[in-house]
Amino acid sequence: MKFTGKVWRYGDNIDTDVIIPARYLNTSNPQELALHCMEDIDKSFVSGVKTGDIMVADNNFGCGSSREHAPVAIKASGITCVIAANFARIFYRNAINIGLPLLEVGKDVAKIKAGDTLSIDLETGEIVNTTTSERIQAQPLPGFIQDIARAGGLINYVKGSAQ
Amino acid sequence: MGMTMTEKILATHAGCAKVEPGQLIRAKVDFLLANDITGPQAIPEFDKIGRPVFDPDKIALIPDHFIPNKDIKSAEQAKVMREFARKHKITHYVEVGRMGIEHVLLPEMGWVLPGEIIIGADSHTCTYGAVGAFATGVGGTDLGASMATGDTWFKVPSTIKVELTGALPEWVSGKDVILTLIGHIGVDGARYQALEFTGPGVANLSMADRFTISNMAIEAGAKNGIFPVDEKTIEYLRARTTKPYNVYTSDSDAIYAREIKIDLSTLQPVVAMPHLPENVKKVSDLPEIRIDQAVIGSCTNGRIDDLEQAAKIIAGRKIHPDVRAIIIPGTQEIYMEAMKRGYIAQFIEAGAVVSTPTCGPCLGGYMGILAAGERCVSTTNRNFRGRMGHVDSEVYLASPAVAAASAIMGRIAEPKEVLA
Repeated sequence: MKFTGKVWRYGDNIDTDVIIPARYLNTSNPQELALHCMEDIDKSFVSGVKTGDIMVADNNFGCGSSREHAPVAIKASGITCVIAANFARIFYRNAINIGLPLLEVGKDVAKIKAGDTLSIDLETGEIVNTTTSERIQAQPLPGFIQDIARAGGLINYVKGSAQ
Repeated sequence: MGMTMTEKILATHAGCAKVEPGQLIRAKVDFLLANDITGPQAIPEFDKIGRPVFDPDKIALIPDHFIPNKDIKSAEQAKVMREFARKHKITHYVEVGRMGIEHVLLPEMGWVLPGEIIIGADSHTCTYGAVGAFATGVGGTDLGASMATGDTWFKVPSTIKVELTGALPEWVSGKDVILTLIGHIGVDGARYQALEFTGPGVANLSMADRFTISNMAIEAGAKNGIFPVDEKTIEYLRARTTKPYNVYTSDSDAIYAREIKIDLSTLQPVVAMPHLPENVKKVSDLPEIRIDQAVIGSCTNGRIDDLEQAAKIIAGRKIHPDVRAIIIPGTQEIYMEAMKRGYIAQFIEAGAVVSTPTCGPCLGGYMGILAAGERCVSTTNRNFRGRMGHVDSEVYLASPAVAAASAIMGRIAEPKEVLA
């Protein structure tokens, strides 16, 4: 799967409370959650994000609560892929499980700035920053996690494996 | 080459003689947990699979976050979980009036045991490492899938050994131990790793201290935070379960990614300053920080030992006129015990409010939301921006003793300042 999008850029330790504050967790509806995604640190995100955009952050993205509402809100906002130096583990699982693609790029994340346009090949993990013409190679997803991603998430994977 | 206790528990449940850090495994799970926030997300995912629950005796559904229902939407979410529990004859669904904060309740009821794998759709599921279990948080989809299959996948974590020596000074508790550690290694210091607490200092920690320490392993990014099983663990479990359990110990030649030593006798009361649990400072080094609210409770510090610490400081004194003190026993059993011991009357006479068990204020749900510019000293576990209310409010994480002393003084204070 290949796609191109504009970058929303964030820093270290973006926690699930800022991705989707708990005051909105009285619903699991993705569209309702998306209306408040990132609002506590970036009021421009909800009004400015366009389908196909890409979220990029530094270390430990998605730390804190296990709330799956966080990747759900990001996905429903139109973001097609999250790229970070690295991810907090529960967020990582949750994103894969709901079919929100993630790419870990380590220190190379510094080569991506807000507003850049990226072209991404999810199969190979190759990222081209078309604004700067730099190429970044993401770490591939390990083992059967690729199968979960390819199935579009854990539920489809489990259903498939039972057949 | 030997294995750590975390590796042994994972290997046994994966049907392997040995596992190594980084290995991906499928493992059977012994107990699963969801709450009124995550359950309603797990249930539709479970339903998509179209199978029955793998074992209705091995799933706990605990309404505790926005419970008793804080608004109509929360009531609807609670109803979804309640109806699911009835339909699938879930043994461990616990209704308002009997329920408690999940991570206080499950160990108290004897539902989580040494050597088990427990996954919960709540990040503080790691609490049960205190009884020598492998326990970790997952999301709703993982939980929904495991309710059908009885297993899940894990990447075997490498382990950080935290060697504890000595004994805690008076008014220093498990909260100060874990905050000091997080201050040292950072909120991603144990990312994707196991924290194993070991050494002669463990014997000097109460079970309540251990629960608090394991509870906040996630705040260092850890997958789990595990303690060895000793006499205190066995004594704790004896009153709560007759079920057999397996005790695992780390081999002397187990491989650790890193070793950290903490001499408990050198620790002092600390707080984590806004807006990260790693911003840890000694209370004695702080300038005057006035507070508007103090919260004592939560899955981190809602146990009877925590209320005892608070009661010793608050009894016979008055909450500062500028402070709202909110005290939340973790379970009904703890509430009753606190009542029998006279703590509840002491709190109310001092001018504090005492609430039924709920996670409410910790995650900014209800029962103590902060306005812009307000400051709260809290025995909870996270102080992220906006965690407890307005995005411009501030949360200072502390022990029950520091929170109680601060409630009396109207500023962040050490217990000895009140007792002097």
